[in-house]
Parts: sequence; structure tokens; C-alpha cells
Amino acid sequence: MNGIANRMPKFIRRADPAVVTAFACIVLLLFLGSLYSRSFLSPEYLLQQLKVASFLGVIATGMMLVILLGQIDLSVPWSVAVGAMMACAAAAYGPVGVALAIPFGIFCGVAIGIVNGIGVAYLRIPSMIITLATNAVAQGLMVVYTGGFSPQDSATGAMRYLATGFAIPAVPNAVIIWALIGAAMVFVLTRTGFGRTVYGIGNRERAAYLSGIDTRRVVMIAFAVSGGLSAFGGVLLAGYASKAAQSMGDAYLLPSIAAVVLGGTSILGGRGSYLGTVAGVILITLLQSILSVMQMPEAGRQIIYGVVIVAMLLLYGRAPASR
Amino acid sequence: MKDWRYWLAEQRGTLLAFGIFIAMFVIYTTNHPAGFTANVVQTASNKGVLLAFVAMAQTLVVITAGIDLSVGMIFTLTNCLASWLVIGTGIETAFGVVAVLGTGLLCGAINGAIVIYGRLQPIVATIATGAVYFGIALLLRPFPGGSVNEDLADALTGRLFGVVPASLVVLLAVVLVVWVPFSRSVLGRAAYAAGSSETAAYMSGVPIRRGKFAAYALAGLLAAIGGLFLTFFTYTGDAAYASGNAYTLFSIAAVVLGGVSLFGGKGSAIGAIFGALAFRTIGDLLFVFDFDPLWQPLFQGVILLIAVSLGAFALFRVRNRLEWFL
Repeated sequence: MNGIANRMPKFIRRADPAVVTAFACIVLLLFLGSLYSRSFLSPEYLLQQLKVASFLGVIATGMMLVILLGQIDLSVPWSVAVGAMMACAAAAYGPVGVALAIPFGIFCGVAIGIVNGIGVAYLRIPSMIITLATNAVAQGLMVVYTGGFSPQDSATGAMRYLATGFAIPAVPNAVIIWALIGAAMVFVLTRTGFGRTVYGIGNRERAAYLSGIDTRRVVMIAFAVSGGLSAFGGVLLAGYASKAAQSMGDAYLLPSIAAVVLGGTSILGGRGSYLGTVAGVILITLLQSILSVMQMPEAGRQIIYGVVIVAMLLLYGRAPASR
Repeated sequence: MKDWRYWLAEQRGTLLAFGIFIAMFVIYTTNHPAGFTANVVQTASNKGVLLAFVAMAQTLVVITAGIDLSVGMIFTLTNCLASWLVIGTGIETAFGVVAVLGTGLLCGAINGAIVIYGRLQPIVATIATGAVYFGIALLLRPFPGGSVNEDLADALTGRLFGVVPASLVVLLAVVLVVWVPFSRSVLGRAAYAAGSSETAAYMSGVPIRRGKFAAYALAGLLAAIGGLFLTFFTYTGDAAYASGNAYTLFSIAAVVLGGVSLFGGKGSAIGAIFGALAFRTIGDLLFVFDFDPLWQPLFQGVILLIAVSLGAFALFRVRNRLEWFL
């Protein structure tokens, strides 16, 4: 066994089995899809899928940072919606509002993230509880603000350009944005002290604290970044659909967690690579796309979704046995 | 320590929840235009009992230091199922009720099997199974509809002897039949022990796996009782994503208000019931004070945020800073 492993190229030996599995599943899905319809392997279709995936990719990037800490961010649905709604709302306030729309949307997401971060890091409230609570508060605020209807304000030109434009011919802007954010995340995680600290805290916060790291500040920053990225995802989505909607973020909670976890990041924290998250995001997007091409109703999609996630987790996401 | 003082210390969370509920309910009824009448109590208890069942379900899982984010979806699924099955003659209705409760038990058992024997994290596992349960609910009821045995529904949501709300009596019966035996059984103690310290419980030979499994399965059953009651109140089945999610969220709020520790091993379903009733009453206070209903989601969210932040006061008792990090 060892002999075979040693003879394989170095990059295969070093690869995380979960990441390899995820990429294998992507190839399998593409193969199955191409049996169903030839157009599955056309460059247009693949680029379109990458574009759709990039919204989830931006959101999943923030989720990954939080999961690496061993925490979770369940405030994604309304962070997305708040980012989209507030950016569109700012656009209604003249030229200054239009210019500030995107930063303002992201800022609101960061604010939600900071509340989460303070709750988790300083008040030591379990992250899934405090993020559920801030999600409820954000929803309440938006219901009061919009009166319970989808807001009438529409997205600014800049938002539409970011989500649907082409700065480089044939490559959608959304994909470029995801690539930039992904590259930044890889740099932060692998080349900076902050990134190493995130892994350290995920492994054992006590040990990280005793090593002289201000773990609470790191946790808070991670949650703020996650909130900001969720809101930015919302801004892009609003640009894509040219307006914000009440429950636009609901469809992103489970996929973002699933993408991160399917990509081999341990839900207990401390282990995982961004490459895996990229694979998870593409895998989830392809699965969604194939199900919708097959005209699977919403009910069937939910069931397949849940089953696939549980099955994949059972394959390689299990905690060690207690003995 | 004397017996009664020990009891008092153990039940502090429950008593606090009871106190909050009584205070809120007094404010509610004194400001209600109709005052403290049997009708007002019946309506309030019917609304409160729904959440109380789901909160009891959540308690069982939280006691084992887990969390069940699919309770709201089991609640929705059983509601949809009941709108198909709980209808017809007495025998058919009885069969339907058993089938609905069995489905809930099965859903809970699946959660338990995945979390305990599959060794997955409860958060992710129950979010995923919740999606499956919601999908099945949507298959059963793509559009709101269906019907229910109205005689049974009216009997269980009406009043006994013209005064006592029947739903409260059912709640009491469920507490006596499900919660009391469970919490006193070996399995119940094992569930508490597993939540308190899984390693220590394991080393002491406590059947933690069976205890946790029983807790998850019974949680599904209790959520199904809640779903059944929802059908009795509305006469229809409705696969509403938002409402299922809201019940999951509110069940956590109720559990926290009811003095159940989210870290496991502490608290009781009785406390969670009062937490649920208190949470519902606080939410309805807005109506008696004539606020715009639009403010209700925000108001409930803020209550939830405050309730979960109260736990932070325990930090003041921490002497060694390392205890911040569990």
C-alpha cells in the first residue's frame, strides 16, 4: 500500500481525499449530464454555470472562514438579503447614494457579522444560536423597512455590471470577482499570521490563546468578514436580478454550508483547503443545474439535496469514534 | 443542603420561566380588550401549546448537548401528512393519528441514527434532514389544502367543562406520558449524563448512545404531536418553509427562556414549556398594545437575542480565563 502511494506523483499523494472525491463527483455529474444532453459540455454552458456558482462561491468563502474556526454562521440568509436590500435602498438617494450603494450594502453585512462576532467571541454564546438570533433580528428589521413586500428600489448600474458584465471578453465579471476573492482568501489562509491563527483556533482555541494570540479578536474579524461576504453575495445577486427580494437569501444557507463541508473542510474546524470549497461550490451548482434541467420540482430538489449532503458527510465527514 | 433547597436550585430555570410567563400573561390579559375570559385563555393556550410541543422536542435534544434544526420541518411534514390521514370514521382517524405520530418518531430516529451512529455534527445533519423532510412535506402538499376530522379537532382545541382549554389538558397528558417517564428512566438519565460530559458518562458505563437515540426519536414524536395539533387548529396542511423555520427558531428561544442549558445536561421540558408560553405571550403583547403587526418579527428577534445573551452573565462567575474556551 505504502509502496504504491510512494510511486504516485507528489501532488496526488498530498491531495486531500475529500477534495479528490469532490472533483471526481464533478466529472461524474458532467458525464451524466452529457448523456442527457450534448450541450452540457459546451463552453457557454460551463461558463454560465461558473457565473451562477460565483454568487454561491463568494458567500461560501465567508462561511468557510467561520467553519474553519469550528463555528457556523446561520445568519447567511438575511445577511444576503440585507446586503441586497440596503444596496438597492442606498441607490434611491441620488448620485451619492448610487456611488455608495455597494459599500453600504457590504457595510450592513459587516455590522451583522460584528454582532455575531461579539456574541461568539466575547459573550461566548454558541455561534449557531447567536447567528440564528441575529438572522431573526435582521429579518425583523427588513420586514419593518420594506413593509413585508419586495422593495421597489432597483439595483445600480455598477451592481448590474459586476454581476452580469464582461470586463474581459467571454469571462463574466462575477467569475472574476469570485477568483479575486478566492485568491485573497487563499493568500490570507496560507501566507498570513491571521490565516494560521484561524486554523490554530479551529484546532484548539485554548492552545491558541495560551500561545499569546488574541483569539477573540480573530474570531470577531472572521465573523465580520463572513457577514460582509454574504452581503456582497447579496449585492451581486441583486445586480443579477436587478432588484432585491424578501427571501432571496434562504436558498443560500444550506448550499453554502454544504459546499464548504463537501469540499473537505472539517465542520469541527481547523482543517480544510479553499480548493475543496471551490470544488464543493461547483459541485453544488452543477447538481442544482442538472436537477433543474431535468425539471425536478422543488420538493424533489430539496430531498435529493439533503440526501446527497448526508451521504457525502457519511463518506468522509464523520467524527472520530469515542473510545 | 436541605432537600427543598436542593430542589429549588435544580428547578431555578423552570421557576424563573414560570415567573416570566405569569408576569407576561397578567400584563397580556389585563390589557386585552376582552379581559381574562375563558375565550382569551383558550386562544392563547391553543397558540402557545403548538410552540410548547416543539420546544419540548427541542429540549430533549438540547439536553444531550445536541441541537435539532429539523424540528420545525418535522412539524411541517406531520402537519401535511395529518391533513391527508386524520380523517374519516373513528377507526380511520385513529389509524391516521398513529401513522402521523409514527412518522414523527421515524424522522426523529433517522436524525438520531445519523448523529449518533453516523457520528455527524447535529447542526449540519439536522439541517440536511430538515431539507429532506421539507421536500417530502412539499410533495404531500404542493399547495395548502386537505382536511381533518373536525369532531376530533374541535374536541381537542375546545374547552373541557366550558372552562379548561382542552389543548392544555393534552399538553399535561403528554408531559405525564412522555416527559416524566423518560426523564426518570435510565435512558433519560443517560441523555442528561451524555450532555453533561459524554466522556465521563461513557467511562461510567452509562448507555449514552441509547439515551441520545431515545432523545432524538422522542423529539421527533413530540414535534409530530405539535404538527397534529397545528392541523387541528387550521383544518389544513401547508408546507410553508418560513413557518417551519420560524418554529425551529422559536423552539430554541423557548428552550433558552425555559432555563435549559444549550451546552447540555441541564434543564427540563417543563421549563421549556413555560418558556414557549412566555415567548408566545411576549410576541402577542404587541397586539394588545396596538402596534403594527409588521414589528412582530423584529420584536421576537430582539427577545431571542436578549434571551440568548443572558447566558453571558455566567462569564462573570468564571475565575479562570481558560474556562472561556470550552
